[in-house]
Amino acid sequence: MTMPPDVQSSGEPVIAVEGLTKRFGEKTVVDGFDMTVPKGAIYGFLGPNGSGKTTTIRMMCGLLTPDGGTGTCLGYDILTESEQIKERVGYMTQRFSLYEDLTIRENLDFIARMFRVDNRKQRVDAALDDLGLSDRSHQLAGHLSGGWKQRLALAACLIHDPDLLLLDEPTAGVDPKARREFWDEIRRLSDAGVTVLVSTHYMDEAIQCDFITYIAYGKKLIEGPSNEIAERSGLVTWRVEGRGLAKLEAELSGEPGVEQIARFGTALHISGTDAKALNKAVQTHKRSGLTWSQQPAGLEEVFIHLMSSSRDNFASGA
Amino acid sequence: MEILSPSRFTAVLVKEFIQMRRDRMTFAMMIAIPIVQLMLFGFAINSDPKHLPTLVEMNDTGPVTRAVVAAMKNSTYFHFAGISSGPKASEEALKTGKATFVVVVPSGFERDIMRGSHPTILLAADASDPAATGGAAAALPGIVAAALRTVATGPLSMLKGGEDAFSVTVHRHYNPAGVTSFNIVPGLLAVILSMTMVMITAIAIVRESERGTMESLIATPVRPAEVMIGKILPYVGIGYVQTVVFLILAEIVFGVPFDGSSIAFLLGLNVFIVVNLALGFLFSTVARSQMQAMQMSFFYMLPSILLSGFMFPFAGMPGWAQTLGTAIPSTHFIRIVRKVMLKGAGVSEIMPDMAALGIIMAVIVTIALLRYRQTLD
Ligand SMILES: Nc1ncnc2c1ncn2[C@@H]1O[C@H](COP(=O)(O)OP(=O)(O)OP(=O)(O)O)[C@@H](O)[C@H]1O
Ligand SMILES: [Mg+2]
Repeated sequence: MTMPPDVQSSGEPVIAVEGLTKRFGEKTVVDGFDMTVPKGAIYGFLGPNGSGKTTTIRMMCGLLTPDGGTGTCLGYDILTESEQIKERVGYMTQRFSLYEDLTIRENLDFIARMFRVDNRKQRVDAALDDLGLSDRSHQLAGHLSGGWKQRLALAACLIHDPDLLLLDEPTAGVDPKARREFWDEIRRLSDAGVTVLVSTHYMDEAIQCDFITYIAYGKKLIEGPSNEIAERSGLVTWRVEGRGLAKLEAELSGEPGVEQIARFGTALHISGTDAKALNKAVQTHKRSGLTWSQQPAGLEEVFIHLMSSSRDNFASGA
Repeated sequence: MEILSPSRFTAVLVKEFIQMRRDRMTFAMMIAIPIVQLMLFGFAINSDPKHLPTLVEMNDTGPVTRAVVAAMKNSTYFHFAGISSGPKASEEALKTGKATFVVVVPSGFERDIMRGSHPTILLAADASDPAATGGAAAALPGIVAAALRTVATGPLSMLKGGEDAFSVTVHRHYNPAGVTSFNIVPGLLAVILSMTMVMITAIAIVRESERGTMESLIATPVRPAEVMIGKILPYVGIGYVQTVVFLILAEIVFGVPFDGSSIAFLLGLNVFIVVNLALGFLFSTVARSQMQAMQMSFFYMLPSILLSGFMFPFAGMPGWAQTLGTAIPSTHFIRIVRKVMLKGAGVSEIMPDMAALGIIMAVIVTIALLRYRQTLD
């Protein structure tokens, strides 16, 4: 794997897990999952709903006990040293999990006390200032809007200057401007040496990560630097715009070489791994009113492709 | 590795206090429950228990004495547990609850009957529980009369005439008037405390899992003891408030006396509150929702009302029920409260009950801490 130069040099990985497995009853939710996250990297964790992202993250910081596998997080064993791990990790849960019946300040104060932060009062004040919530600090957290709750949660998990951030869909429900600010902050932290593992469903966020892992049905499907993922998948894509796309879609589906047709705004993306066969299929449908262009496959097509070609072991197993 | 960090412990404690203060409804309930229950239960609950432990102070023996004792035995109200060596031992047995009755046969009893000088058999009763003693004491004259008829032959045939050969005096100790509410009301403190304490803690912890805040909480390096103590302590305060409300009402509305040592009372109270809070903590490790936590607490209330000696005299229960009852904290606390409030007991008299509570507490706390998981699975 080629690493960005600023990451390559920094020795010991922050997260190194192997064969991580978690079962809930009969169902294997995470199945033999490996992951290595170098220090200072922004690591994107992608996968469809229910693929096991949250479960994996929870196992890494000791909130769930793995049924199999081993690994370290910040150099501590994830099976036996979760207390030390928790001291140095900032974990932002997918669902808002601060106290809704406590005020914004009381929540930050609580977390700061739990992590025994020095100069607690100043830290909390600073965090409130950064959030722009100083004048609303006595408002109950439960009365904040969804996006503001997310921002508060991020501030809370940063208050003890963690070495590793585990962010579980931190920007779900956050408006575009705030989302940008969120990522500016994440990049700033990463530059300062904080390692970030972030799960997301947004492709524009995924592309900003140094590395990406894609998981489906508890199994890792692909992993690599974000700019190499598309290339690695071997996927070729044709983009077509114009009128009568619905009809075209019906005609194309099932033709040899056409593995996937997906609508992107006003265009269709037709993809396949066999470039020759795909080209042949496309040629037969070139007609006036349609503009065709070949382009490198994007992350989204790659993921849709990975998902549909991976065995749906949940549906068939259930 | 440290067990308890002052900073984290304070964090949990402060948070719990704030949440408690904001939850007005629960707060109001905790004050309303003792008042309402006291009023509802404050009325007499009647029962007719049998096989009550009885000692005999034999200062004379003879055919009449034997006949009376045999008849009392046959009546099934009394269970003769042994001989009392004298008034001091009898007093002690009544106070500690070893005996509910002591039958005192005066010296020269048989002789006095023959002489026709109408001696008196004394039945000393622990009337702090009038429901237990009332039925037996009331049945006694009839039992004695029947006994006399069986022995009224030969030299004793002059007894045939009836009861006036001698008389039976019932001497009620601790609650001379036999007021039932005196007994019910102190027991009620145990019921009120265990109901609210167990439920409140169980709910307070399950609420964290239900609302998802447990995930944030255990993502911090918090230790189990910090969570447990930090969550329990605020509710000890609630327990005190309830007790004060209770004591005031018991005094004003029911005129229940408080004869014993307040130190003994406080000792018992504190241990009992902590036992209940720990039990609530234990329930919370089993329950998945606040609803389940509530149901478990109510389920626990049944034995602690029925088997603790609150409603039915402990001595009158079958063996298995007594065994079960012994494992219930309320059983011992009810004894402590009755001893202290009605019998004027001090610290030394409640030691056996304190020991039992202590053992129960150690067991519950151990299981609760073992069961408590610092993970989400
Ligand atoms: N406590 C639990 N008990 C039983 N099943 C669970 C539990 N937690 C998660 N699961 C199951 O495990 C699977 C993976 O869940 P997980 O939350 O890890 O997915 P995810 O990748 O985070 O999904 P999403 O993108 O929707 O957040 C799901 O099928 C879910 O139903
Ligand atoms: Mg998730």
